[in-house]
Amino acid sequence: MDVVVCIKQVVDPELPVRDFAIDPSTRRQVREGRPLVISTYDEHALEVGLQLKDRHGGTVKALTIGPRAAVGDAVRLALAMGADEAVVVDDPRGPDLPGVEKAAVLAAAVRKLGRADLVLTGCESADWVERVVPPLVAEALGASCVTFVSTAEFSGNGLVVRRLADDGFHVVDVRLPAVLSIASDDANRPRLPKVKDIVAAKRKPVHVWAMADVPVTSGDRRVRAPEVQGVTIPERTAKCELLSGDPAEQVATLVQRLRALKLL
Amino acid sequence: MPALLIVATVFDAGLARSSLELVGAARPIAAGLRLDLTAVVLGPGPGLAEAAEVLHRHGVGKIWRAAHSLLTSGQTDALLPVVEQAARTAAPQVVMVSADTVGRELAPRLAYRLGASLISEAVEVGTDGHAVVAKRQVYGGRAVAEEAAASWPVVVSVKPRTTDVPEPWPVAGSVEDLVVSLDEASLATRVREVRREQADVGLEDAQVVVGGGRGLGGADGFKTIGELAAALGGAVGASRPPADSGWVPINWQIGQTGKTIRPALYIAVGISGATQHVAGVTGSRTIVAINRDPEAPIFSLAHFGLVGDYREIVPLLTAKVRELKGA
Ligand SMILES: Cc1cc2nc3c(=O)[nH]c(=O)nc-3n(C[C@H](O)[C@H](O)[C@H](O)COP(=O)(O)OP(=O)(O)OC[C@H]3O[C@@H](n4cnc5c(N)ncnc54)[C@H](O)[C@@H]3O)c2cc1C
Ligand SMILES: Nc1ncnc2c1ncn2[C@@H]1O[C@H](COP(=O)(O)O)[C@@H](O)[C@H]1O
Repeated sequence: MDVVVCIKQVVDPELPVRDFAIDPSTRRQVREGRPLVISTYDEHALEVGLQLKDRHGGTVKALTIGPRAAVGDAVRLALAMGADEAVVVDDPRGPDLPGVEKAAVLAAAVRKLGRADLVLTGCESADWVERVVPPLVAEALGASCVTFVSTAEFSGNGLVVRRLADDGFHVVDVRLPAVLSIASDDANRPRLPKVKDIVAAKRKPVHVWAMADVPVTSGDRRVRAPEVQGVTIPERTAKCELLSGDPAEQVATLVQRLRALKLL
Repeated sequence: MPALLIVATVFDAGLARSSLELVGAARPIAAGLRLDLTAVVLGPGPGLAEAAEVLHRHGVGKIWRAAHSLLTSGQTDALLPVVEQAARTAAPQVVMVSADTVGRELAPRLAYRLGASLISEAVEVGTDGHAVVAKRQVYGGRAVAEEAAASWPVVVSVKPRTTDVPEPWPVAGSVEDLVVSLDEASLATRVREVRREQADVGLEDAQVVVGGGRGLGGADGFKTIGELAAALGGAVGASRPPADSGWVPINWQIGQTGKTIRPALYIAVGISGATQHVAGVTGSRTIVAINRDPEAPIFSLAHFGLVGDYREIVPLLTAKVRELKGA
């Protein structure tokens, strides 16, 4: 089984709100001076790929579009977790390209890598949360697609996966090749690399491709991205009434307030 | 007139609420861009006729109806070719899909097949008379992106529970059956089993939701807030840590990755109020926060705040509610 995991480098999404700023010229988050991490669910996707490799062999390759100078940390962590090699499609705007464009480049890069039975992604990027990359990569590759998957196991010639759904869980049979987007779950908590893994990662190959070296076809680029007209930080106006007194008094006041609002 | 096509589904209990929400979101767009409001309604069969009537009653004229035993919950690979068939027949300028389990797979793939523009996960959608414009939550709910698409067709997916169900607006309509040919053996993915969770009061449809966070300390804490929810006739939800740690099923999660809710009353217990959680609850009419840290960010969002240990406050509140309801 040969697995490609698409990882995106993002500004730490749990950074305090005061460290968050929008650059009006790019209409994107300011990255300078902020800690950069692998997008939350992409680490879970790596874990799912590595567990498949641990159990059944094969390879795991990490693939990212981003500026080569900055993505080193993300790539090194992926390799230390256990990926065999990594590909960086070098582009200064990489993480902030429209989802539609990234999907086209990722699909073309997967094809250029040669054989892949399975492409894994996060269920959403922690910053842009567009949720379009995985289904679009699947279409461009002519692969099966299931999103919000928490576990994947081999079954016959394909996979059986668990999809998080509005009405519970779906157990889904999936033909290969496939693109799965991964949601977090107790079973795919990302592993922490040990010191020897970090050392070993230094010897693993990292291929840097220029954007021009990735042969994107018109078939990859069928969807048009919307124009981003603005990114704004909404003002919060709600004023909270902090109820006073001991717990019993607070509860009594709350009940009064809720009754006045006809909520009780 | 060119058309706006809504993708509506009837999987079990009648027309999906999110399908009706789409109609509400679609009406101003159809008016602003002078489009006929049309729909394709899909399902295994039962309830499709009634659903078509509900759609007519809410402003949808022409309806394409598709019935097939494979058009069931989660069966994206059966639904997608039929929606594509409807779209090729209706040749719409705009297609609207709910970003639910199926829709978040279907919308991008449909856009690919139609060579369309794609707006994903809108929480607000409208038109300026020339383009479809939408708002999306980005950066973990810290910011809102405004996107516009004017190169037709446009496929838009709309996050469930970000708008209210619309008022009726009856129109004369017609129903045409689509001839559906699906071959089970050719499906790339096949739902083998659906395992339901929290079937009694669905989190997304409850009028009262009690959400628990890491501050509950474990699965036992969810029993405490479960009693409050039961007394209120509501549902229980959670922030991400309890869902990730297996204290509660993962699909109880509310927020950016989890569900969006818009109940009349949301009570957040032991939840700090991270933006990714808040992203899923801002549509709630009244928000109450119970947290022992007076500095918790949830208090800048809530209407009423109770500062203290939930283990003291929640049982008292539950008792009070029972007393009132019993009376
Ligand atoms: C990409 C991404 C997506 C995410 N999606 C979601 C999502 O969908 N939903 C979501 O919720 N989060 C999401 N998160 C996580 C989010 O950033 C926060 O980490 C999470 O919401 C924190 O959960 P919490 O408030 O329960 O825990 P904490 O932040 O640890 O807060 C616990 C609170 O409990 C209080 N407390 C402790 N003990 C008591 C007591 N005895 N009585 C009363 N109060 C007490 C504390 O004062 C504290 O405020 C996401 C994060 C990322 C990066
Ligand atoms: N720049 C990128 N490089 C590699 N993978 C990416 C990139 N951007 C997005 N992805 C993948 O696509 C997933 C979904 O992203 P999105 O469509 O933005 O929500 C992410 O979780 C990643 O796995």
